[in-house]
Amino acid sequence: MFRDVHFSRGVQPVLRGFSLEIAAGDTLALVGRSGAGKSTILKLINRLLVPDSGEVMVESRPTPAWDRFELRRRAGYVMQEVGLFPHLTIGENIATVPRLLGWDDARVDRRVTELLELVGLDPKDYAGRRPDQLSGGQRQRVGVARALAADPPILLMDEPFGALDPVTRAEIHREFRRIQERVRKTVVLVTHDMAEAFALATHVGVLADGVLAVVGEPASVARSNDARVRPLLEPLIEAAAVLGPRP
Amino acid sequence: MTLFQFWRTHANEFFTLLGQHVVLVCASTLVAIAVGVPVGVLAARRPRIGAPIVWLANVVQTIPSLAMFGFLLPLPLIGGLGARVAIFVLILYALLPIVRTTTAGLRSIDRVLIEAGTAMGMTPGQLMRRVELPLALPSIVAGIRVAAVIGVGTATIAAAVGAGGFGEYIFRGLSMVDSTVILAGAIPSALLALTIDGALTLVERGLKDFRGAHRRRLRAAAAVMILLVAATAGVLAISARRSNDVIRIGSKNFTEQIILGEIVAQTIESRTGLRVERRLNLGGTFICDRAVRSGDIDAYVEYTGTAQTAIFHLPVDTDSRRVFEAVKARYAAGGLALLDPLGFENTFAMLIRGDDASRLGVRNLSQAAAFAPSWRAGFGYEFLERQDGYPGLARTYGLHFARPPTAMDLSLIYRALAERQVDLIAGDATSGLIDAYGFTMLEDDRHYFPPYDAAVVARSSVLLARPEVKNALAGLSGHISVADMRRMNRAVDADHRDAADVAREFLRRDR
Repeated sequence: MFRDVHFSRGVQPVLRGFSLEIAAGDTLALVGRSGAGKSTILKLINRLLVPDSGEVMVESRPTPAWDRFELRRRAGYVMQEVGLFPHLTIGENIATVPRLLGWDDARVDRRVTELLELVGLDPKDYAGRRPDQLSGGQRQRVGVARALAADPPILLMDEPFGALDPVTRAEIHREFRRIQERVRKTVVLVTHDMAEAFALATHVGVLADGVLAVVGEPASVARSNDARVRPLLEPLIEAAAVLGPRP
Repeated sequence: MTLFQFWRTHANEFFTLLGQHVVLVCASTLVAIAVGVPVGVLAARRPRIGAPIVWLANVVQTIPSLAMFGFLLPLPLIGGLGARVAIFVLILYALLPIVRTTTAGLRSIDRVLIEAGTAMGMTPGQLMRRVELPLALPSIVAGIRVAAVIGVGTATIAAAVGAGGFGEYIFRGLSMVDSTVILAGAIPSALLALTIDGALTLVERGLKDFRGAHRRRLRAAAAVMILLVAATAGVLAISARRSNDVIRIGSKNFTEQIILGEIVAQTIESRTGLRVERRLNLGGTFICDRAVRSGDIDAYVEYTGTAQTAIFHLPVDTDSRRVFEAVKARYAAGGLALLDPLGFENTFAMLIRGDDASRLGVRNLSQAAAFAPSWRAGFGYEFLERQDGYPGLARTYGLHFARPPTAMDLSLIYRALAERQVDLIAGDATSGLIDAYGFTMLEDDRHYFPPYDAAVVARSSVLLARPEVKNALAGLSGHISVADMRRMNRAVDADHRDAADVAREFLRRDR
C-alpha cells in the first residue's frame, strides 16, 4: 500500500503524492509511458529505493521497518532482461533464494523440479543447462520460476515479457494466468502495453505525471475517457477497428 | 663446454636452483593473489580509495627490479639478503596485474545481474561470493597468469641479492663472459614461464566447467591455496631465523670476487670444520657492504681504495699504508674488522687493444690523451660515478672522447673492447681477460688511482666468538700475488673452469 508517496531522482520528481492499495491475491498491472516511474514503484516495494516522503507499507509494515534482505526474499522479482546468472545452471538459478534462506539440498532439489514443471520445462532436460542454451521465452519462464522459488507472498514483475515476440508472448500470458490460478500471489506488474495489462491483471492502474490517474477493473479502465488514459488505449482501438466486429 | 655437458655436470645445483625459482614465483604469486584480489575488490567498490592504490601499483611497476632490491635491502624485517626480500619484491610486481584484472572483471559485470541479485535479497557479501567473484574469475585468472610469467622473469634478478634461482647462472655467465652458462639459466627460466602459463591456462579452462556446479571442489581448492600460502609463510619464517653455527661468505658479482669468496669459504671449511654458506655473486660494493653490516654475511673481500672512496667517502690518497690504516679505523668503528691485505692489488686498469697500442705507440695515459678525441670509451656504472673514477681521471689527464663514455655492465665490457664497439675501457688489473684478449694496460703515469689492496672484511663479533675463523683468515694474508690472481681469473674467464675448482687447486698448491 502506498500512502502519499513522493520520490525524486535528483531534482526530477518521479512520484508526486502517489497513493495505491493492493489487496492480497490480486494481480495489479500498472500501465504508463516510458519514464512514468513504473519501475520506481516496484523498487519502492522491495526497498531497493525508499520514498522521500510518505509511506510504502508491505503487509501493514512500512518498508524501512523491514529487514531489507528479508523483505526482498519475500518479494519475487522478475525483470525484462531476466538477469539469469550465466555462471550457474538453470537449476541453480532457480535455487538462489532457497539457498539464501538455507534450505537443505533435498528440499531445494524437490522445489526446483516442482517449479520447472510448473513453468512447463522438463526438469530432467533443463535443470542442468546453462542460461545461454535457452530461448528467450524459456529464459523468461525460468525467470518466473526463480522469482517463485521460495514461495514468496508477493511477486514484482518489471516489463517481464516485453522482449518476447508476440506469439511467444501470448503463449506465456496463458501460462502466467494458469500459474497465477494455482499460486495466488499478490502480483504487481508494470508494463507500457495496455493489451498485456488487460490480458494478465485483475486490476489495472494508469500512471501519469507521478500520480495514479485511474485504477479499477480492466473493463472500467477500458471505458475511461480520461485524457491521460486514452492515448494508451488507442493502439487497441485501432487494432480492433482493423479486425472489425467479430462475426 | 656445451650446454648439455654443463647441465649434466651441474645437475644437483640445477635442481636446487629450479626449486628456488619455483618457490620464489609460487610463494610471491600466492601472496599477491591473497592481497591483490581483496584490493581489487575494494578498488572496484570504492573508486576513491581504489584509484590511489592502483596508481601506487602502477608506480611500483615502473621501478626497475634491481633498483627495488637496492631500496629494500637496508629495511628491517623485509630487507636483507636472500629469499625474503626477493619474494617481497616479486609480490610488489605481481600485485598490479592481479589488482587490475580483478577490478576490471568486477566492473565489466552486467548491472542487470547485480540488480537481480540485490532484488533477490542477497547481502553485499553474498552478492560478491555468489555472483560477482565467480563472474570476474576468468579475468582474475588471466591477471594471475600475467603476474606469474612476469614473476618468473623478475625472479632471475633475485640472484643479485642471493635468493638463488636460475638468475644465478645468468649472473655467473655474465661475469664469466660465458654464453653457455647464461643460456643454462635463461633457457630453463623461459621454459618455466611457458610451463606456468600453460598450467594456468588449463586451470582457467577447468574453472569454466567448474563454476558453481562444484562449489565444494572450488572451496577445497581455495583451502589448499590458503594452506600453501600459510606453509610458505611458515617456511620463510623458519628460514629467517638463522642458526649461529654457519659462517656466511659473500662476494661481489665478478669473477675475481667469486674466486676469492671460494678461497675464503674453503679455507674456513678446511681449517675450522664449520659449515659455510656461500652468498656469492651479490650485486656490487654497496650490496656487499650493507650485507656485512647487517649480518647477512659475515665476511667478504674488499679493496682498500674502494672502501676509502666508495664506502667511506674519504678524499683520494695514493699511499697504500695510510689508506689501509684509515679504512681499518673506519671499519672498526662500525663493528667490522679489516684483516691484513691478501697480497695483491686490483686497481682500475685503463685498457686498449694491443694492436692499437703498438700501432700508435701508446704506453701510458698521458700519451693516450692525445688519441682519446677519436676514441669511444666504455665504463662500468660504478667507475662513472665514483670519486676515484672517471671524472677525476678525465681532469687529471685532460681526457676527452669522441662521445660521452658508454655505461655498460662490467661483464660485457671486455667483449665490447675486443669487438671494437669501444676503444678504451676501465677494467680490472687482475682480469684474466687482459691476457686472453691481448689487451694493453695503460700505465697510470700521474698516479691518479688510489691503492686497491684486497683484504678480508669481517664482522668483529664473529671473529671474537670464533677465534679459529680469525686464525684461518689471517693465514691468507700476503699469500695471493697479482700473478696468482690473474692466472686464476684467466682459468675461469678464458678457460671456462669452475671458480670453486680453481680456488681449491690454488689452496692445495699454497699449502
